[in-house]
Amino acid sequence: MDKFVQIEKVGMTFDTKQGKYIALRDIDLTIRKGEFVSLIGHSGCGKSTLLNLIAGLTRPTSGVLLCANRAIDGPGPERAVVFQNHSLLPWLTCFENVYLAVESVFAAKEPKARLKARTTQALELVGLGHAMHKYPGEISGGMKQRVGIARALAMEPKVLLMDEPFGALDALTRARLQDELMKICEATHATTVMVTHDVDEAVLLSDRIVMMTNGPAATIGEILAVDLPRPRDRLALAHDAKYMDYRSAVIEFLYAKQSHPLAA
Amino acid sequence: MTAITSCEAPAIEKVGAGGPAKLQLPSPPAATPAPAHLTGPSSTESDAAVMRPALGIIRPYRSLLAAMRPALGIILPPVVGLALLIGIWQLATMNGGSIPTPGKTWEAAVKLFSDPFYRNGPNDQGIGWNILSSLQRVGIGFGIAALIGIPAGFLLGRFATLSRMASPIISLLRPVSPLAWLPIGLLVFKKADPAATWTIFICSIWPMIMNTAQGVMRVPQDYLNVARVLNLSEWKIVTKILFPSVLPYMLTGIRLSIGTAWLVIVAAEMLTGGVGIGFWVWDEWNNLKVEHIIIAIFVIGIVGLILEQTLLLLAKRLRMES
Repeated sequence: MDKFVQIEKVGMTFDTKQGKYIALRDIDLTIRKGEFVSLIGHSGCGKSTLLNLIAGLTRPTSGVLLCANRAIDGPGPERAVVFQNHSLLPWLTCFENVYLAVESVFAAKEPKARLKARTTQALELVGLGHAMHKYPGEISGGMKQRVGIARALAMEPKVLLMDEPFGALDALTRARLQDELMKICEATHATTVMVTHDVDEAVLLSDRIVMMTNGPAATIGEILAVDLPRPRDRLALAHDAKYMDYRSAVIEFLYAKQSHPLAA
Repeated sequence: MTAITSCEAPAIEKVGAGGPAKLQLPSPPAATPAPAHLTGPSSTESDAAVMRPALGIIRPYRSLLAAMRPALGIILPPVVGLALLIGIWQLATMNGGSIPTPGKTWEAAVKLFSDPFYRNGPNDQGIGWNILSSLQRVGIGFGIAALIGIPAGFLLGRFATLSRMASPIISLLRPVSPLAWLPIGLLVFKKADPAATWTIFICSIWPMIMNTAQGVMRVPQDYLNVARVLNLSEWKIVTKILFPSVLPYMLTGIRLSIGTAWLVIVAAEMLTGGVGIGFWVWDEWNNLKVEHIIIAIFVIGIVGLILEQTLLLLAKRLRMES
């Protein structure tokens, strides 16, 4: 399955009070199965819009999106989303939050004990076995985000979509979660699309980095294939020449070719 | 005629009871120190007058007082406030007039509450029965309003078209005094009791509809996106996402509704009669037992306070759980 997610001639126009706003135009992108793709660009470049289009949360005004050769016509558990602000339900425990997802996907074909086992397994995968029965209000931001990831992974999605999953975390927690995410993706061979504005994060995690031009009417500027062997180690890569090249290529794109809209 | 004499006679009696000495002289100075040294709100003015010569005894307790200062800071102001109210009441009424003094009201209250559940026919029942039947009316009217208002609020919050349809009706009917609905109730139900319940219903439904709808509209889009990605059934959306996030708004609506219902019941019962605290107030007015009217005011206030505090407590507990 070489073309797992296909995005063909997709455009997105919003109707606003000031008239039509073209957010995205002419997006063409194909994602392979098991690939890790990052979407990077300045704020307002429509990278989150593109992710929502793949999720099916918004419908494109033109073009077609396919997942495993089927048109994406709405959101669903086969394309699980890890939301920017974790979006856990505060009145449910971590376990119940994940269980809600597991239940909606597997309840039809599996007994309750199996559903519970799946939930526990997902939480243990992100290292939260000990905090399963706590409420989101009782745990740290990093832990909440891990529950969000566990919830998404527990659904065994075809594609894992992440909207700046670590954006709200401090640098140390972020690094630890990036390492964990790399391990999880390698273990599960998840096809992943991640929105980020962190250059290091993009280079460290991605197989390809999709760099987007500035909005309005944003589109894909360049695509950079990151050819670094896995498993990757952030300490070893810190002085790796190839890593530095990739890093400067992204920075070059962001700050020279697409200088920040406010600076322009 | 007879009513007026029966009202004034006790007032004179009281002056005799308050201080056996020569009328005015002991009372005014006693009224001033009373609030400062009273420790319990239950003590009456006449008690304070008796305590006055014993002022010197207070001095050894100074250090104890200092130790209790933080607690006193919380307890003292409300006590002083209440004492001031009673003091002003005493000052305003001790020279006679139609309003009874605090002491006399207290005596009447003690007598009244010593046998709250007697029954001497349909028009003469104990205060307890009156309070209970008012609460029952409020409970039924409010209960029906909740059963209709909360689901209606959910519908209005979920479907924008429905909300736009209902909005002119609600804006038009909401400011109408509940008592204007009473004749309609009497017309439709032909009986006083359901008419009073109907009035409670109609006045307590609006806050519940509006707050619930508001809550539903304010459910964070993030949660709804989660529901869509997880592909939750409509039932799960309602029970796991909508209901819990609307709950605080709903409780606010319920609290406002109960408050209004309790406000309105007195007026409604005055007009419809029967057994109930509102009717009782009117009945005591006809008997010119003014001290009973004052007692009723306190009782209505205290019951209202208890209803409100109970719901606040419930809301707090639910919020802590979520």
